[in-house]
Amino acid sequence: MSLSPVEGVVLAETTPVGEDPTGSDREFVGRSPGQLAWARLKRDRTAMISGAVLVFLMIVAIAAPLIARLYGVGPNDQFQDRLDGNSMPLGYVGGITGDHWFGLEPRLGRDIFIRMVYGMRTSLFIAFAAALITSAIGVVLGILAGFLGGVVDAVIGWITDVALALPFLIFALAVVPTVALRFYGPRDEVPAAFQVAVLIGVFAAFGWTSTARLVRGQVISLREREFVEAARASGAGLGHMLFRQLLPNIWAPILVSFSLAVPSYVTGEAALSFLGIGILEPTADFGRMIFQSIPYLQTDPAYVFFPGITIFALVLAFNLFGDALRDALDPKSSR
Amino acid sequence: MARFLIRRLLGAVLTLFAVSVLSFLMFFALPKDPVSGMCPKNCNAERLERVRAELGLRDPLVVQYTNYMKGIFVGRDLGSAQGGRCDAPCLGYSYVNSEAVTDTLARVLPVTLSIVIPAAVLWLALGVGLGMISALRRGSVLDRLAIGFSLTGASLQLYFVGAVLLLVFCYKLRLVPIPSYTSIFDNPAKWASGLVLAWCALAFLFSAIYARLSRAQMLETLSEDFIRTARAKGLAKSTVYGRHALRAAITPVVTIAGLDVGGALGGTVITETTFGIQGLGRTAVDAVRSGDLPTIMATVLISAFFIVVANIVVDVLYAVIDPRVRLR
Amino acid sequence: MSENVSTATATAPAAGGTGAAGATLLRVEGLTKHFPVRGGLKPGGGGAVRAVDGLDFEVRAGETLGLVGESGCGKTTTGRMLVRLLEPTGGKIVFEDRDITHAGRRELRPLRQDLQIIFQDPYASLNPRHTVGRIVSMPLEVNGIKPPGGVKRRVQELLELVGLNPEHYNRYPHEFSGGQRQRIGIARALALRPKLIVADEPVSALDVSIQAQVINLLRDLQRELGLAFVFIAHDLAVVRHFCQRVAVMYLGKIVEIGDRTEIYERPRHPYTRALLSAIPDVTQLGPAGRIRLTGDVPTPLNPPTGCRFRTRCWKAQDRCATEEPALVARDGGAPVACHFPESGELR
Repeated sequence: MSLSPVEGVVLAETTPVGEDPTGSDREFVGRSPGQLAWARLKRDRTAMISGAVLVFLMIVAIAAPLIARLYGVGPNDQFQDRLDGNSMPLGYVGGITGDHWFGLEPRLGRDIFIRMVYGMRTSLFIAFAAALITSAIGVVLGILAGFLGGVVDAVIGWITDVALALPFLIFALAVVPTVALRFYGPRDEVPAAFQVAVLIGVFAAFGWTSTARLVRGQVISLREREFVEAARASGAGLGHMLFRQLLPNIWAPILVSFSLAVPSYVTGEAALSFLGIGILEPTADFGRMIFQSIPYLQTDPAYVFFPGITIFALVLAFNLFGDALRDALDPKSSR
Repeated sequence: MARFLIRRLLGAVLTLFAVSVLSFLMFFALPKDPVSGMCPKNCNAERLERVRAELGLRDPLVVQYTNYMKGIFVGRDLGSAQGGRCDAPCLGYSYVNSEAVTDTLARVLPVTLSIVIPAAVLWLALGVGLGMISALRRGSVLDRLAIGFSLTGASLQLYFVGAVLLLVFCYKLRLVPIPSYTSIFDNPAKWASGLVLAWCALAFLFSAIYARLSRAQMLETLSEDFIRTARAKGLAKSTVYGRHALRAAITPVVTIAGLDVGGALGGTVITETTFGIQGLGRTAVDAVRSGDLPTIMATVLISAFFIVVANIVVDVLYAVIDPRVRLR
Repeated sequence: MSENVSTATATAPAAGGTGAAGATLLRVEGLTKHFPVRGGLKPGGGGAVRAVDGLDFEVRAGETLGLVGESGCGKTTTGRMLVRLLEPTGGKIVFEDRDITHAGRRELRPLRQDLQIIFQDPYASLNPRHTVGRIVSMPLEVNGIKPPGGVKRRVQELLELVGLNPEHYNRYPHEFSGGQRQRIGIARALALRPKLIVADEPVSALDVSIQAQVINLLRDLQRELGLAFVFIAHDLAVVRHFCQRVAVMYLGKIVEIGDRTEIYERPRHPYTRALLSAIPDVTQLGPAGRIRLTGDVPTPLNPPTGCRFRTRCWKAQDRCATEEPALVARDGGAPVACHFPESGELR
């Protein structure tokens, strides 16, 4: 029986291999759901614009040292001679000039533009690393809880509840300085890399819960589906069912969750810095910059606005892209 | 239903115990010694040791923990310097604040409640309302504005918004006084005007999230067949949307709302820091910074308590809203 | 549909595969599945849903046994138990003289190759993220089998066998229609050259014209490959077209079992008669001859005592409530579980 484009044109006889009513002998390569999603994403203007912005910002972040060289100013260079008697920057809008595109910081006179570039670098690095780790942990726990059910599910669910009940900020406030003190003395300067690692660790300890819940829900709805049963009926083991059958069906929501987790970590890291336990001096950081700028709210509002707007743009771009990604991956979901 | 509740309560109690153990372990690792902080420079080591012993800091960890927990349930005896008998729930004595922790809490908890509860009412009403309306008028100008609003709000930072609000309404326009707390029982007008900026900041940010969420949920629900049936039956729009659609769309919103409100009650640290109001969050932060263990434990337990209770309330609400849950 | 099928049946010879019944391939004795129900507030839980309550039947090599009944009578549960997707709570399943009722995964491994299943829902039974080639080759991959000539070749052979274009190896399920997807499912079931296939309502989700195609495909496959089938369905007309023997189920029990002509032309159990009378037949207009059963199917949580059908049976008498009729041959006919079986031709 042959396959005709209009099915139900009935019980024809078998045609020899290779003969195809549409007349072509090419090998067909179907478009996978992933490829279809990508095509949909490309058509979405908002997605492309925000995606482009993100790529641009990421390049800026990665190329920070290069930009510093081209720009001619480093993040820790101080320009005291551009400040007036009150340690406020000379000139309009917080000292914007051709040399200093976003003006200078009061008191220390550091260039705001290049500090923001470096600050972006720190933020993005921490956010991506934290999002990756928490996604990984969440996926593993979610799959185990969803697929194995029973006791495993109950235990993991309970652990999730405890993790959710613990107040993140308070614990972070306690852990971060403590860990630093364990390795370095109270007067030593803690290297930036260490601070970054600690922050990532703290995020990882608390942030996996939402991914775990999400993945668990997905797995539960998938495990009763008949293609999973078909695999079981053919003798598939747990590994095959989890990784070959289930995982390809859940990477979409995981990806969306990841893309929306990154901005929340950017925000979270800035919040911790605002409270003084994020990245410390002299490394540039958004949150700390805003915190330090608040006293200058009336006298040098530019100092508050530049980092504020930049972080806003960054998070907004991520949110837009994440939304568009979700729509592209699941066309049924409503915008 | 009763069985369900009992199970949840048991789980909640277990969770709280786990939280208390974890916190105790965690903060015990703090290098800050509360005692050395409270004494001016010339305290001699002997006196410090005596105070430490009195505070029970020399006891093994397990004993300290047991005493602490015992205090919560039946009260215990602290040294005379700490006020003698401390009745249940005894949360210890804070040397940093020179008062019983329970008194500290009694002071700061109303502040946080005053910040969070009105803000929560505002953000839920505004967010869910906006989300629903924008879903019903999909594609219209109002919808686009609402989407813009929610995206903006979801991408802003609380301290930034707070700072801007302060600048504009407080310093430049002088419409509101500098934020502070007055008890609602003392002077309601002052209470409100002192906190209104905080409410607005929180409401703006959170309502954006809820507008987004409820809009998405509402759109999904509206595309379901049962809504079409209800309209086809000739039911009034308000009945269809208000009674049928809302009920179906509201469940995820309820979950998230529960988590958010529960978490917020545990201390809106950023808000309090930005606006300079001393609530539960600030107290917790100060306690951590000064190594004030009893206060730390108390704030952690309270915030965990709020979250756990919020979860249970959410589960009960679920059962009320969604009859399928009741049958489990 | 019945039009096409009944005329086809009238002319087609009794399909018997390559030489009718062979050795007994599958034997089922007293097969039972009870699902425990979580009691509300009662400690120790409430009762159990007695989905399948003691089935006895056997299937020979190359033979097709139809399992029919209303929704909820336990036929799908039975199908799942046969391929050990569900664990029986009682009774025995014997495949080729090996007791597989409670066999572990390792013991079942070689058996998976002989016993396969086709599912009802063509949309849920294929992994949407896998290409057709990957789906069909999954049983080979899972069992580590490398056919001579390569996996791809074998898959293409299978696709061709079920009437699909082998060039569509790299396509995804969403690019196919329901009928084509069902064929993919069949190709997958055939990958390991099974001896018996459990077909769980394979055409119920398809359009009527497509149903005919798929049934004919199954029939051809049965002839060519000598397959045995346990064909689960609720559509009696389809079953008649395909199955040599038929077992009628009601509320977890078999009420009548026999070969095609006996069941369709001389049904003995009242329930079978009622079912048959309900088949829409365009040639006979009007309600003449329709047996209408009143009431709903009783709950499997608490089935009626004695004969389970008695609550809807027009012939029920006291004896039916006290004594459960056994599935035995009566009056020289096929086995039937009724104290007062019907006799004579169907009207």
